[in-house]
Amino acid sequence: MEDITKKRYADGKPKLRRFHQAKWDEPIIFELSNEGERGILIPEVEDEIKNEIGDVMSTIPENMRRKQPPRLAELSQPRVLRHYLRLSQETLGTDLNIDVGQGTCTMKYSPKINEQLARMPQMAEIHPLQDEETVQGILEVLYKFEQILKEVSGMDQFSLQPGAGSQAIYANASIIRAYHKALGEANQRNEIITTIFSHPSNAACAKTAGFKVITLYPDEDGYPDLEALKAAVSEHTAGLMITNPEDTGIFNPNIEEFVRVVHEAGGLCAYDQANANGILGITRAGETGFDLCHFNLHKTFSAPHGCGGPAVGAIGVTKELGKFLPVPVIEFNGSRYRLNYDRPESIGKVRSFYGVAPVVLKAYAWVMSLGAKGLKEVAEIAVLNNNYLLKKLLEIRGVSAPYAKGKRRIEQVRYSWEKLTKDTGVHSEEIGLRAADFGVHYWTSHHPWIVPEPCTLEPTESYSKGELDEYVEILRYVSEEAYTNPELVKNAPHNSTIHKIDHAPLDDPSQWAMTWRAYREKVHK
Amino acid sequence: MGTSVDQGETRKLGLVVNPIAGIGGRVGLKGSDGEETQRKALELGAVPQSLNRAIEAMERVTPMEEDLQIITYPSEMGEDAAKECGFDPVVVGSIRKGKTTAEDTMNAAKEMLRLGVDLLLFAGGDGTARDIYDAIGEETLVLGIPSGVKIHSAVFAISPRSAGDLAVLYFRGRCGIREAEVMDVDEEALRQGIVSAKLYGYLRIPFEKRLIQGVKTPSSGEDKEAMEAIACEIVDRMKDDYLYIIGPGTTTRAITSKLGLNKTLIGVDVVSKGKLVGTDVNETQLLKLLEGSKAKIIITPIGGQGYIFGRGNQQISPEVIKRVGRDNIIVVATPEKINSLKGRPFLVDTGDEAVDRMLSGYIRVVTRYNEQVIYKISY
Amino acid sequence: MSKEKPTVYPYIPNSVSTVKNQMLKEVGAKSVEDFFKDIPSKLRLKKNMDLPKPLLSEQSLRRHIEGVLSKNKTCQEYLNFLGAGCWQHYVPAVCDEVNQRGEFLTAYAGEPYDDHGRFQALFEYVSMMGELLEMDVMNVPTYDWLQAAATSIRMASRITGRREVLVSRTISADKLSKIQDYCKPEIEVKLLDYDSKTGQLDLNSLKVKISSKTAAVYFENPSYLGFIEAHGDEISEIAHDYGAISIVGVDPISLGILTPPIEYGADIVCGDLQPLGMHMQFGGGHAGFIATRDEEKYVMEYPSRLFGIAPTSVEGEYGFGDVAYERTSFALREEGKEFVGTAAALWSITAGVYLALMGPQGMREIGESILQRSHYAMLLISKIKGVKCPVFQSTHLKEFVVNFDDTGKTVAEINRTLLRRKIFGGKDLTKEFPELGNSALYCVTEVHAKDDIDRLANALKEAVE
Repeated sequence: MEDITKKRYADGKPKLRRFHQAKWDEPIIFELSNEGERGILIPEVEDEIKNEIGDVMSTIPENMRRKQPPRLAELSQPRVLRHYLRLSQETLGTDLNIDVGQGTCTMKYSPKINEQLARMPQMAEIHPLQDEETVQGILEVLYKFEQILKEVSGMDQFSLQPGAGSQAIYANASIIRAYHKALGEANQRNEIITTIFSHPSNAACAKTAGFKVITLYPDEDGYPDLEALKAAVSEHTAGLMITNPEDTGIFNPNIEEFVRVVHEAGGLCAYDQANANGILGITRAGETGFDLCHFNLHKTFSAPHGCGGPAVGAIGVTKELGKFLPVPVIEFNGSRYRLNYDRPESIGKVRSFYGVAPVVLKAYAWVMSLGAKGLKEVAEIAVLNNNYLLKKLLEIRGVSAPYAKGKRRIEQVRYSWEKLTKDTGVHSEEIGLRAADFGVHYWTSHHPWIVPEPCTLEPTESYSKGELDEYVEILRYVSEEAYTNPELVKNAPHNSTIHKIDHAPLDDPSQWAMTWRAYREKVHK
Repeated sequence: MGTSVDQGETRKLGLVVNPIAGIGGRVGLKGSDGEETQRKALELGAVPQSLNRAIEAMERVTPMEEDLQIITYPSEMGEDAAKECGFDPVVVGSIRKGKTTAEDTMNAAKEMLRLGVDLLLFAGGDGTARDIYDAIGEETLVLGIPSGVKIHSAVFAISPRSAGDLAVLYFRGRCGIREAEVMDVDEEALRQGIVSAKLYGYLRIPFEKRLIQGVKTPSSGEDKEAMEAIACEIVDRMKDDYLYIIGPGTTTRAITSKLGLNKTLIGVDVVSKGKLVGTDVNETQLLKLLEGSKAKIIITPIGGQGYIFGRGNQQISPEVIKRVGRDNIIVVATPEKINSLKGRPFLVDTGDEAVDRMLSGYIRVVTRYNEQVIYKISY
Repeated sequence: MSKEKPTVYPYIPNSVSTVKNQMLKEVGAKSVEDFFKDIPSKLRLKKNMDLPKPLLSEQSLRRHIEGVLSKNKTCQEYLNFLGAGCWQHYVPAVCDEVNQRGEFLTAYAGEPYDDHGRFQALFEYVSMMGELLEMDVMNVPTYDWLQAAATSIRMASRITGRREVLVSRTISADKLSKIQDYCKPEIEVKLLDYDSKTGQLDLNSLKVKISSKTAAVYFENPSYLGFIEAHGDEISEIAHDYGAISIVGVDPISLGILTPPIEYGADIVCGDLQPLGMHMQFGGGHAGFIATRDEEKYVMEYPSRLFGIAPTSVEGEYGFGDVAYERTSFALREEGKEFVGTAAALWSITAGVYLALMGPQGMREIGESILQRSHYAMLLISKIKGVKCPVFQSTHLKEFVVNFDDTGKTVAEINRTLLRRKIFGGKDLTKEFPELGNSALYCVTEVHAKDDIDRLANALKEAVE
């Protein structure tokens, strides 16, 4: 009798899977349209209503009435479902793959129980302006989660209003602006300092808030350069906005000194904690002296990424800055939760209402299922996984981990394929696309690329040792292929949904098309 | 914006090889100009490197064989390399085999410009780059295949293979275009161990725009846009009571252009109250202008090695620098330029060690409007 | 001292001791402490965090959360007439089905190869909204309408190089607050008056305030206060006369029966996707869209990623990618092209599903249904003694202002009475628009059957007696 399992292993290790991504060659939805098909019907307006009000359509001013129906696609219900399920199959979500390849995004498991809880009517069917008495439950969740974040960060007060990390950084920049304005120094203090390895949003959001941005380059070891910081501060310094650990996975050992230098110059310090997954329960913003911080609930706190949102960027501040937080703030008097709008010095609204409550609910549930010990375990295993991955990857031909030689990393590493590229001419992006042939993601780096031929991997705590081994095997296999059969790697992907995209039309105004209607028009020209 | 390629139209790639470039290096001679040095090198058993380098580069271009017409010069000046790679090139011009000169290089470049090449690849060193510049200036795109000893000009790819790759990327519409420095290095002085490099001119070269992958945020624009933004920033903050000593470079030229002035690309100009008060000045003229005036120096790194003083702007002498003061030095550089240094610091070589030391440390660099970088200076 | 059995966490595969130890050994570390030794000991948290006791079993977690949330009263149990930026519309089952799919739910930033489905779904969303708005360029959505409006204004400022924007007074206080904060660096916000009888934007106020310094004019249609701005054409024309950009904020649910803003001169159109298939979720279902014509000067100013369609190396195969990835902004002195990050992509895919299900007929029918039901409500309420409804003499779509001055009761009192009858009354506008006195903003949509509206009218009648 044949033992199928035997053929799946070589030298006791599982062979690489023979993956092929779902490939439906699915038309654009407009091509599926059949005139007259309906996907859903809505309740008819009762005759009694119609009789009472008569012809209301004619009360719309003539110039405001739609003349031509919109040329939307017309499909019956199962056909809409089928189309979207096929597209869903052609998407490699974290649920499906060993998603260590999207470094800095912290692609961890989003527990399904939290999804189900967030879809309960008691979460989904409540209006934000309902009388406070009727929403004590969700207010309790929001308030309690703020208290949790206070403990995780060591900061004094939180707002869950910003709609994601970038909006949180912007809100923090706005608070810094308000702080200096209150001291009458807004005009003088117009510079924000950041580092090149911090998330690009630190620079972009500071600039959006009207600041001049001074970027520090790292020292030879890849650490944020303290001497450069000292050269950067002046009476114009409004603040420091820095990610730590940085996207290279290196914890800045001088972080406290950084804060001190900026404080001495009269600036505030904001801590971008997008990379908090490796330091939960290990070290905190509060003790380090930061005045502001933010967390990405859709990264560290397990809320799903949703293809790019919805999300929450929770901001935390010291007592002194609490008055500037976005409005309203949630308060608890021992028995009742209420929304306080009476905040004259607040920066105002950052996002509608109070933030994305279902995302907060998922984060809250996640923390409640783990507790303090569990959160620490998350950080410890995330870091163990990362260092395990680091050790195994460095055994692969052509790869290196620049900077901090011999030192441990925290939760991610930015690798470099420079040697492999020199030897074979194969670039990092091409390796990534070949890796997709085995069912995994891969991310290079934010721009600008300081590390040449970069690859940023962040395992998080969600994957097993075996899964990490599989990811390593994939990269090892692709690396060997680059040396022996570079053309195969350069022409990847081969097992994905589509083949090599021709990007040329996307840069040409006469050819680019972001809608089907634009595309049809330009093609027919 | 990247250049887009017309499908169906045959593009033309020119190839010029300087057969004697780099001949000196392997046998310990610095540089290869002059018949004397060349003869000496050959006597010492030197083997010309540029043919092999040109082959290495052209091998990378073979996938585009069907879509490109290769135009080249006879035998050792390109034909051999092209044919070795399997191309069937159009051969123009005539040479005396074994006795090629700089003039042949220049004629080759001029001929290929006339024939309308889209990109001219040349194998050689700084000398060859100068010859190309003398022949055709910025009239067409060029790219250097490094084959010389030490290269100071920034018009070369990082390796022969990379030159070939870049050529392919260019024809596939994945390159931007920028101006890069051609340096004039005193080869005699070089043989004595002294580096004396002057800015000779600029050539237009293709540079790679990375494949659009790993995208999470859109890029914030090209070199040219950054230069414009820098110019706005500098001009906005110019004060009437200061003289502005503006060093050579394309980034600094953008500043004077914004003022509506014509700057000498490779010389040092002086601006006051929005007007030119000195063009292509030397040290003496600068010191005279500085008498009794407050001044600022605006400079940008010249060449691929990141020199902000000492390569191409020696007119801004140690004395001038001392008079103006370190605090009044404004460095401008696009983010692209900073990143091309790959973490290496700026370098200074004013000829005065004390001044070099004074300059070293950290300096603010204007990289865009309202954006600066703190960068290290070494000596 | 009891030895605690180490917990194995279901979400953390390597929390199994033997595996952890094996990995530590392979890495050459004695314990996980090794990895943190580069963190200065002064910064190390010495104590355990003081967090609530964990609910390690899923069962107890569910019980806890369900217990907390049961303190909420839903709009299924109560009859809801609140709008004001978040609206109750029916969410088709297929919308929920699609945005629950693990792939869409947990994808993020993969390549257009491994995430081809996401790219196509987003392209189709933009395309369908493009048909609804008759515009060719749209962003992957931002956080909400507040952000979309604020960004539209800054885009206009970059394009025109001007630093002043004129904004209709009949927008929500929240939106105004956001716009003011976001425009703070350089842009001055000036308000345009409205006609007290009709609510319509006062064209004279516009003509007086507009100048060559104006970057844009922003107004909403329907207004926050529910009425349709009839003079869109003239507003845009005046804006264009001065070289300013016309920005219109629109509710997409209205576009089956109302003409798209481009028809009355809008250059930039923004709005909220929430009505198109998102549950209210206490304000968590929002997504902001920004749309423009396909002109380089507009395309270059979008802070967000823009996805376009492209061929691949295989004939007839669709690919997608970033359009104009390196966008050269026309504004060199501007504070950058803002920022881009995670925002609300899942909701845009959902909106695409919604529009595909509804089709042109569905969008027309829902518009008509909403119009008819809200008019019925206005009719009934207007008959109540002491109540003025609608306050503004204009055509309304789904929201309208009701005034209670002559009843001698405050909106708060009336809403409390309604609450006892398990009805959420309209938003209290007394603080937001004091000039309207004791007024409330009511919202009626396709979810309200005749019986529901009758019930409201009766309850109001009793509340004001």
